[in-house]
Amino acid sequence: MKTSLPLRLLNVIGLIIVVAIFAMPFIWMISTSLKTLGETMIFPPKWIPDEPIWQNFMDAWNSGPFLQYFINSVIVSVGILIFQFITVIPAAYAFARYEFRFKNALFGLVMVTMMIPAQLIFLPVFLNLSEWGILDTLWGLILPFATSAFGIFMLRQTFKQVPEELLEAARLDNSTDLKIMMKIMVPMAKPTLITLGLFNFITHWNDYFWPLVMTTTEKARTLPVGIAQLRQVDGGVAWNILMAGNVILVIPILIIFFFAQRHIIRAFTYTGVK
Amino acid sequence: MNLAKSSYINEVSEGEKPRSIKLTKWRPYLLIAPAIIVFLVFFIQPIFYMIYLSFHEWNFISPDKTFVGLENFIVLLSDPMFLQVIRNTLMYTFFTVLLSISIALLMSIWLNRQGWMYSFVQGAVFSPHIISLVSIAMLWMWIMDADYGLLNWVLSLVGINKVPWLTEPNIALASLIIIAVWKNIGYYTLIIIAGLQSIPKHLYEAAALDQTSGIRRFTKITFPMLSPSLFFLTIIGILDSIKVFETISIITKGGPLNSTNTLVYYIYENGFIFFKIGYASAAGVILLVILGILTLIYFKALSKRVHYQ
Repeated sequence: MKTSLPLRLLNVIGLIIVVAIFAMPFIWMISTSLKTLGETMIFPPKWIPDEPIWQNFMDAWNSGPFLQYFINSVIVSVGILIFQFITVIPAAYAFARYEFRFKNALFGLVMVTMMIPAQLIFLPVFLNLSEWGILDTLWGLILPFATSAFGIFMLRQTFKQVPEELLEAARLDNSTDLKIMMKIMVPMAKPTLITLGLFNFITHWNDYFWPLVMTTTEKARTLPVGIAQLRQVDGGVAWNILMAGNVILVIPILIIFFFAQRHIIRAFTYTGVK
Repeated sequence: MNLAKSSYINEVSEGEKPRSIKLTKWRPYLLIAPAIIVFLVFFIQPIFYMIYLSFHEWNFISPDKTFVGLENFIVLLSDPMFLQVIRNTLMYTFFTVLLSISIALLMSIWLNRQGWMYSFVQGAVFSPHIISLVSIAMLWMWIMDADYGLLNWVLSLVGINKVPWLTEPNIALASLIIIAVWKNIGYYTLIIIAGLQSIPKHLYEAAALDQTSGIRRFTKITFPMLSPSLFFLTIIGILDSIKVFETISIITKGGPLNSTNTLVYYIYENGFIFFKIGYASAAGVILLVILGILTLIYFKALSKRVHYQ
């Protein structure tokens, strides 16, 4: 490619502006989280605080039962992950490798479920959970996502590509389905499983809507709900404390993203690329 | 339980065939059962329950649900506030999707290149997509703060006066659209880049031989070849925008003057704050109908695409 120097320079400046539009808000978030309340109200704003106030993070963390929220978040995200692997792997295996009556209808059911967002069914599910007495518990946050239509769909594609000869050999050896799944299918589908796992973990770690509507007290609330309630602490808005809370929420995800960028991009763009 | 288990083991170890035919027949159903049960209990039953509730009046506390026929729907559709909610939702969806796709299309053509610089920029642009909407909402609430926000400071550098981004009824919805577009662009861009990379190179080589102009190359090759990706993004974008909740719940609570109230937030408000379960369910049924139509269009187009390949 032969482009003139000014044009190339213009291109680089353009790229820098684009990065600034998307990265600046996060830098601003971190900058604010280290300011005093007074410094947040200086106009024009200051990018670098005179002295970083690390205390803001402690203040944010101590303004509510954040250890509880954090533990809840971990239990919910990891719990969903475990349940999904237990339910998705066998279902995907059956849909990929077995012929049975009503298979198409049942797979149709999976596809229909994939199009039902939580935002559509939260009210009746809330009423159900309340009737079953598991409202405001971690079960109410985990069980509805104990399986994933998207996961079944994606893993079925992968399982279909496993060569039939491998399975034949295993069947001759009298292997059980469980053994075939764990010894042949799962290792072959490792990239897909990592992709799915990352996608689900990030999605549920970030989720605000479901834990907000399915909890009524702080005992089952997760980190995003706790952070969102920070601003109700006092009359005015303590932006420095608020941003400190959000840094706590965002940093783990950004670190994962930094180290597994390729996997994560694959995970989130999978449906669109296929 | 124990008995059944041991007899199964006997069958397997003693029989000529490795597995009993009866068990093999049921095996796929057993494998899919856990997933199907979760779907039925948490997704399918609630849909029917919601439809049932939409014909009733209930405040969640009283033991009785009163059957009221279509009354909830009649009240809903004649309530100017609900009609405004529908209008807000459609406006938000239309502009969010249109702007996200148009900007992403330009960005993807620009950024579809090899090299660390481009992959870094792609990563940076994508990063908002994996951040919790809670943080995005609060961060932008701070950036759009009229007095001390970053955005008004940047605008003041070019001589624009303070804009009340989130407190002025005519502007608030547009501000929420800006936030959504900012979050979407990275994802959209990467999907379109993947689409661009799947266009066969020989098409462009042929066009180069014919000395086709850049604009013609775009309208005759790039755009038609991208249409599956763009169609996918349109549907996904609509589905995603129509259920917007987080930014509204955190930033505006539907205000000022109902100007940012959208369908899902309206259902939430009526169900969880006013305890009008039947009324909220009726609004839910309307959302169901909209999503149903979109899903049908999507699957119809998808099956067509498969046939042509």
